[in-house]
Amino acid sequence: MKTKLGLAVIGAALASLVLPGIASAQGVSETLDAKVIELDMVWVAVATVLVFLMQAGFMFLEIGFSRQKNAGTGVAKVLVNLAIVTLAWWALGYGVAEGGDGSEGLPGNNFFGGSGFFFHFDQIVAGEAVTGSTAMLMLFGLAFCAVSLAIVWGTTLERIKFGAYVIYAAVFGAVIYPLIAHAVWGGGLLSDIGGKPVMDFAGSSVVHLTGAVGALAALLLLGPRKGKYDANGKPRAIPGHSMPLVGLGVIILWIGWFGFNGGSTFETSASFFGEVMLNTQLAAAAGVIGASLAVWLKSRTLDVGMAGNGAIAGLVGITAPSGFVEFWAAPIIGFIAGLIVVYAVLAIEKLLDDPVGALSAHGLAGIWGTLAVGIFASPRLIVEGAGPGIWYGIFGDASFSTAIGQLGVQGLAVLFTFVVVFAISIATFALIKATIGLRVSDEEEEAGLDISSHGMYGYPEQFIPQPEYSTGLPPAIGAPPPAPVAAPAQMTATESR
Amino acid sequence: MKKIEAFIRHEAFEPIRAELLDKGFPSLSIVEAKGSGRQKGIVEQYRGSTLTVNVRPKLKLEVVVEDKDKPLVVETILKHARTGEVGDGKIFVLPVEEAVRIRTGEGGETVLQAHEGSEMPA
Repeated sequence: MKTKLGLAVIGAALASLVLPGIASAQGVSETLDAKVIELDMVWVAVATVLVFLMQAGFMFLEIGFSRQKNAGTGVAKVLVNLAIVTLAWWALGYGVAEGGDGSEGLPGNNFFGGSGFFFHFDQIVAGEAVTGSTAMLMLFGLAFCAVSLAIVWGTTLERIKFGAYVIYAAVFGAVIYPLIAHAVWGGGLLSDIGGKPVMDFAGSSVVHLTGAVGALAALLLLGPRKGKYDANGKPRAIPGHSMPLVGLGVIILWIGWFGFNGGSTFETSASFFGEVMLNTQLAAAAGVIGASLAVWLKSRTLDVGMAGNGAIAGLVGITAPSGFVEFWAAPIIGFIAGLIVVYAVLAIEKLLDDPVGALSAHGLAGIWGTLAVGIFASPRLIVEGAGPGIWYGIFGDASFSTAIGQLGVQGLAVLFTFVVVFAISIATFALIKATIGLRVSDEEEEAGLDISSHGMYGYPEQFIPQPEYSTGLPPAIGAPPPAPVAAPAQMTATESR
Repeated sequence: MKKIEAFIRHEAFEPIRAELLDKGFPSLSIVEAKGSGRQKGIVEQYRGSTLTVNVRPKLKLEVVVEDKDKPLVVETILKHARTGEVGDGKIFVLPVEEAVRIRTGEGGETVLQAHEGSEMPA
């Protein structure tokens, strides 16, 4: 019965594909065009799910790097941030990012889009009527915005007031991230600098640097955790409570990144996403090796946390170049990102308390990835109007001045992202600090955010004594006395021998 | 010989340890303890319900010293463990009959002495 129904459905689908073709050849090609778009959107849907999975990656990574008394708050943080950024993106953010660039009569301008607010069906967004495909792409954009926001909180663990998340997440999802996304991907300022577009395939700067700059702004106003620096200002390690959770987080992020980079093709033609995903894997692997080697040279131990940071740095580094470089360049980019993260974590720690290394793994590796496009971008893969990487200017036959120009444009993207995100973020956090306060009290910080902010422990049973499971329990009052337990005959025999 | 058992707050341990080491008492043990006393339990919220946990986490610090050193150690613990709030803990002093260093088999009060400088492991 089921098979028959299935066959009927397939038959109907085939008929709808073939029948118009009997009427006219043009009809077939139109139907095929529509099917191609639908196939593309299936890939974007898969990628979107993978990118949302990264929220679990951030959750476990940060909880593993936190002390046990701050384990539960990480769960609440990720859920609440994801919820707020979703509504902010739906109401305003998507329109700011993708609502047109003002060219050819479209709404919006170089700084922000002008349509698509409170996204709904009978709406014209950037000159096009909303369809299921628009909704799919809008959701994909939200997943990126949510990743960028998750990065912000890496520097703030174990001491920030929960209310700060709520306010900043709304500003971030409605304004901060959309402004940068619009500048690079939405046809804004950075999509045409003297004829050259900034090439950031999946967001080394748009997503990762943006998140890290927000993290820096928060950290500057928040200060270090209690006990991070001794009386002489020397940094001390505050070990997190679970390296297996860190590892789980890293692997989930790594898997999610295939959607993050691979999905940024937005299409399935020529299976180009396969090239992007292989680049992603090569860079992540090289990032682990680069960071492990660097930390081994430094301390003669293979540091577990640094190996994880290396994977993330390699992935962040390849995010911008993943669609623009050949396979041989990806491991070089990832390896250098891995080296950067180790030395940067150790250098930054002397001044700033960044518990998970977000400034290094997302910020500096993000800058490196954006610039790496200007070094390694292949003439085969670059977008129209852009210059290839300077590698091809030196060792290939590309024009050297065009290549240098492109590297400069990539540098401008870094500068623009830093200035815009830092200015709005520091203002927002200063406002939060002046009103509801940014940091919990000393007493609350020492007790841990789980019990002080959420009224419970992340591992709620830890202080509840469990009854012993034993036959030797005293009988309950009023209960009949237990029947005497007969000794097992064989054991008695064995013992008496 | 006396054994000093002190139930203290977690955060009091590190300064006590540092000062005892400074004064020549490097050997001590701690045990993570849960206990109840005059300090109230912890009220937790769990999925909207209230839950009172009637034991609180404390540390039990154990040091064995010669009789003459007892006041010094007790004083050191008092100095760092006292906040004046309910829940600072208690100190108990017990007599000790015998002490044996397992590595050498030697007994008596020499066991309580810190290692000589050259003997001190890094």
